[in-house]
Amino acid sequence: MKKELGITVLLVVLCAIVAVLNPRFLGASNLTNMARLIGMYGIFSIGMGLVIITSGIDLSVGSVFAIQGVILVIMLREWNWPSPLVVLAIIIFVMLLGVMHGWFIAYIRMQPFIVTLCGLLFYRGLARFIANDETKGFGSTGFELLRHLATGSVGPVPMPFVLLIIIGVISYILLHHSVFGRYLYAVGRNEDAARYSGINSRMIILSTYVVEMLLVAIGGILIAFYTNSISPANHGATYELYAIAAAVLGGCSLRGGEGSIIGIIIGTALLQVLQNLVNLLGIPSSLNFAVMGAVIFLGVLVDQISGQRRQKKQVLARAPTPTTPAAPTTPSQAPK
Amino acid sequence: MSTPGNTAPLLELKGITKRFPGVLALSNVSFSVGQAEVVALIGENGAGKSTLMKTLGGVHQPDEGEIFFEGQKVTIAKVADAIALGIGFVHQELNVLDNLDVAANIFMGREPLVGGPLRLVNQRKMWADSEAYLKRLGLVISPRRILNELSIAQQQMVEIAKALSQNARVIIMDEPTSSLTLSETDRLLATIKDLRASGVSVIYISHRLGEIEQIADRAVALRDGRNAGELPRDRIKHENMVALMVGRKLEDLFVKGKGPQERGYFQVEGMRTPYRPHHRVGFEVAKGEILGFAGLVGAGRSELAQAIFGVEPPLEGTVRLGGQELKIRNAREAIDAGIYLVPEDRRHTGLITSMTIRENITMPGLRRYSPGMLISRAREEEVSNRQVASLRVKTPSIETRAMNLSGGNQQKVVLGKWLSLEPKVIIFDEPTRGIDVGAKAEIYRLMRELADRGVAIMMISSDMEEVLGVSDRVAVMHEGDITGFLPRERFSEKAIMSLATGRKAP
Repeated sequence: MKKELGITVLLVVLCAIVAVLNPRFLGASNLTNMARLIGMYGIFSIGMGLVIITSGIDLSVGSVFAIQGVILVIMLREWNWPSPLVVLAIIIFVMLLGVMHGWFIAYIRMQPFIVTLCGLLFYRGLARFIANDETKGFGSTGFELLRHLATGSVGPVPMPFVLLIIIGVISYILLHHSVFGRYLYAVGRNEDAARYSGINSRMIILSTYVVEMLLVAIGGILIAFYTNSISPANHGATYELYAIAAAVLGGCSLRGGEGSIIGIIIGTALLQVLQNLVNLLGIPSSLNFAVMGAVIFLGVLVDQISGQRRQKKQVLARAPTPTTPAAPTTPSQAPK
Repeated sequence: MSTPGNTAPLLELKGITKRFPGVLALSNVSFSVGQAEVVALIGENGAGKSTLMKTLGGVHQPDEGEIFFEGQKVTIAKVADAIALGIGFVHQELNVLDNLDVAANIFMGREPLVGGPLRLVNQRKMWADSEAYLKRLGLVISPRRILNELSIAQQQMVEIAKALSQNARVIIMDEPTSSLTLSETDRLLATIKDLRASGVSVIYISHRLGEIEQIADRAVALRDGRNAGELPRDRIKHENMVALMVGRKLEDLFVKGKGPQERGYFQVEGMRTPYRPHHRVGFEVAKGEILGFAGLVGAGRSELAQAIFGVEPPLEGTVRLGGQELKIRNAREAIDAGIYLVPEDRRHTGLITSMTIRENITMPGLRRYSPGMLISRAREEEVSNRQVASLRVKTPSIETRAMNLSGGNQQKVVLGKWLSLEPKVIIFDEPTRGIDVGAKAEIYRLMRELADRGVAIMMISSDMEEVLGVSDRVAVMHEGDITGFLPRERFSEKAIMSLATGRKAP
């Protein structure tokens, strides 16, 4: 909980600074636009967070966006399939990719980094090939329902943000209150001990990659309709890095077994505010990445240093294994 | 007495006191080593042996007390100071870089250079010099071999060679034989005698009292961080050492029980493990019986336990419980059948130490406390509080992380995981390793209570006292086979050792 608190404070402080320096930050259009982006990025960042909690990683997300985007356009525009069927097909297709990743990682014991790095290359190449390396668009009309999910609003609240809240609540319950969630933390932190407690650790890992890909599929559909066209060479490129950054900022440890849904969502929000800050404060947009890199770095650095301090205190507090109770020592172990 | 230590100690520690917050680790401890003397340092786990040696190695600074080297008062503020004085350390867990070659390990940080601005390493000289040190230890391996190709015993020799290369005059060996085979142990003991003959002193820490009888010139015992007495060469006998270390009779630790109730309750037949595919093992445990498993490290006892529990499924073999044949392909199926394992390595396989006591205890039975797949916090708390209370786990709350508990309390939490379910068979693998005497007695009492309640218990242990004191019957293993079963009336250390080394029972 400490980590979430720290990053929330950072988020509030940043918002306050930007709002003071440029009041347009609090303008309705800026806020809704930001909320829309937070919604879209948040959905797949949650997926990434879950994978990171298993001590895995997924570098293929951006390329999956590209290939699913290309197929989405083809199915809707060239094959004229009905929208619900297309959505179902896309979700199943992307989840199957998750099954594949999970299987290679959990059962064949390949490293997640390698498996998904190959995915990153493979899906991107495939997307470009299928699309003949041409940009494919949805056109300006049609597919109203899907379009509404990405660009519409409920009252003042953009639709993707509403979806993020719904998905966030479900994932919160899944991660923090279900058996699956508890096992996820256990497997991520110490797979052997989990196995020795009767947990089917491989199935847990595989399932996590499938759940992640479900969220990627949903996020990917929103992003496709938000951009309204897919240029296969760069659609979604580097989005996996946003997701990793959001998860890590939000308290997920790449060592696994740590992280929370609230943290990931706040991490996502923080990244979007940073983007926004670059725009609103007139910082050259070429510096965009540099600003993000610096802030993420500082955030993780502060967390690392305070974490080490905490740990040192704990180590001191318990010292070596206490000897027999006969030793004339006070039972109090409170650190000074 | 003819011990050289009496005249001019090479190294002397006087009145060493070391406090850690809340714990007095060492209290006014004195210790000395003479020139070319082998001193055994003995004591229970947690007696302060390692802490004392760490003050010598420059890892800990004593709060009080003085250290003298050749009569000169010295301060050992860091590891480099210890090395400069000629104090070498051979650690229990080997401190080698197993991706590098022998020579690189011996000269780590002190590589001879060719000269010139690039600081190139003089490989030839390194190999040649290493060879000389290896020869001195009677070791015929090439200095170019990569460490991970060597046996543990050879790696240990490399550590000793490293100490010699630093001109060590005192070498501290912390449990050096804990993972060696019998013949490797003999070779190490011979090496120690050679070292002594060449004027090097050795501080030898071991739980294996037989080895100490063979090589030590003097044995110094610690208990609860204090000097508990010492024994000259002619009085180094098993009983004398135990009396000094424990300070009370061991028999007091063990409780008698009702004994076996229903023969043939738990049966294992023709079991082949992936670790020893050519050996078949069979045995049975009665309801209420504690069957001890003795044997040397590497006899295949833990692998047998892992096969029965399904974490490393057996290649073949049948398991029957109460007459019913079980199919166990993974730990889940073993757990569902009521067969549980308290593994050897608490920190890595027994517990998830970063999780709380509550989370650990409810881990194997979580589904039961989760109506509709959502965990009921109230049920979890009820279950864990009950276990913590009945096992008397010393902890501020069930929300304490397992890593902040002492070894004995951690072991109780592992036990709590299983006692919260319905145990029929429990396999204990080294149940009291690294646990202090008080907690040991409690674990023994718990095991006996479980047996009396009708649980069949397998207890793997390398601690002879424990095997003889706790078991109703002992199975002895040697290189993957059970070489014999001993009933209580035939219990003796000798009978076990001869079976453990592959000989027939006398």
